[in-house]
Amino acid sequence: MEQNNFKETVLRISGVNPKKCMRCGKCSGACPNYDEMEFHPHQFVSMVENGEIEKLMTSPSVYKCLTCFACVERCPRQVEPAKLIEAVRLCVIRQAGQNHLKPDQIPEMLDEDLPQQAIVSAFRKFTK
Amino acid sequence: MTVSYYPGCTLKTKAKNLDLYARKCAEALGIALEEIPEWQCCGGCYPVAKDEIATKLSSVRALAAAKEKGQTLVTVCSACHNVIKRVNHDMQTDEEIRDKVNRYRAPDEPYEGETNVLHYIEMLRDLVGFDKIKEKVVNPLAGKKIAAYYGCLLLRPGKVMAFDNPENPSILEDFIRALGAEPVLYPARNECCGGYLTLEDPEIPKKRSETVLQSAQNHGAEVVTTACPLCLYNLQKNGGSEIPVVYITELLAEALGLK
Repeated sequence: MEQNNFKETVLRISGVNPKKCMRCGKCSGACPNYDEMEFHPHQFVSMVENGEIEKLMTSPSVYKCLTCFACVERCPRQVEPAKLIEAVRLCVIRQAGQNHLKPDQIPEMLDEDLPQQAIVSAFRKFTK
Repeated sequence: MTVSYYPGCTLKTKAKNLDLYARKCAEALGIALEEIPEWQCCGGCYPVAKDEIATKLSSVRALAAAKEKGQTLVTVCSACHNVIKRVNHDMQTDEEIRDKVNRYRAPDEPYEGETNVLHYIEMLRDLVGFDKIKEKVVNPLAGKKIAAYYGCLLLRPGKVMAFDNPENPSILEDFIRALGAEPVLYPARNECCGGYLTLEDPEIPKKRSETVLQSAQNHGAEVVTTACPLCLYNLQKNGGSEIPVVYITELLAEALGLK
């Protein structure tokens, strides 16, 4: 897929218009996982706008978003960065063989208190 | 009054106390929780992308089952509540999603988001009333300093969840007051615990959950309460503190003398 097609896909499935962003940085200021990310929420917005989707797709940052929606709630322009991060991650995991989490990895991750909710949530986020 | 009840997968396994005391307390307060027959797992996370349809079907099936009975749908787990409430919002407002879901399901009558979805705590406030609960308390939790942990899922996105003010909520503090205890306000009560990342990288929930518990303890909390099994797990396992973390329904049962 060409770069432009990825951009089109990200815009379509996220429903986000990155051009509304006024670069205030509040999304990254609100992000609880900012320190763990190579590219931060505000960079997802500008890089999607510039069509730099593949750079984002190969970054571990797509798996660091907690989808806590703090950036969405606190954005003064309703840009909704978390929806862009989700769309970029889907561009990766919807490709053949690109699931980020595999069932045979699960047993070693388990402990006796871990709720099912953690497993179903991770599968929904990381696999197709 | 009878309502449709959606317990969700974790309440059948690791979060049995959340479910058990939700049922016991509802009964004592005059609400019959009628479990939706053959409900399916909500998936844990709301499918954010606009072209996700199949992942929304389990929520729609539960919503449509409640509609058929003419009942309000009540959830307890914060994650189930977030998923089902947001899917319901899609069915009300997104014509394309509504059309595709209804074509797929081909029901006699299309589902268009008619069901009223309430979280258990909203049910207590709106269908029972915190004043009535206060009257029924036999074992007031007097003098106990309790910190409500909202996390993300009950509150955000604020316009869709319409649960409370997403930046300065008060419903759980009002609930704690009704039980005779003293609510503790602290800045991290609506910040993320680290969620499902505990599976592949527990260091992240460790940092997040420690931040939450330290914030609560710095403001005098003796107990922390939540409605979410994954929040409870992260706070207990990754929070680096011995402070007790309990479900909201456990507090209610204790105050009502049912535990």
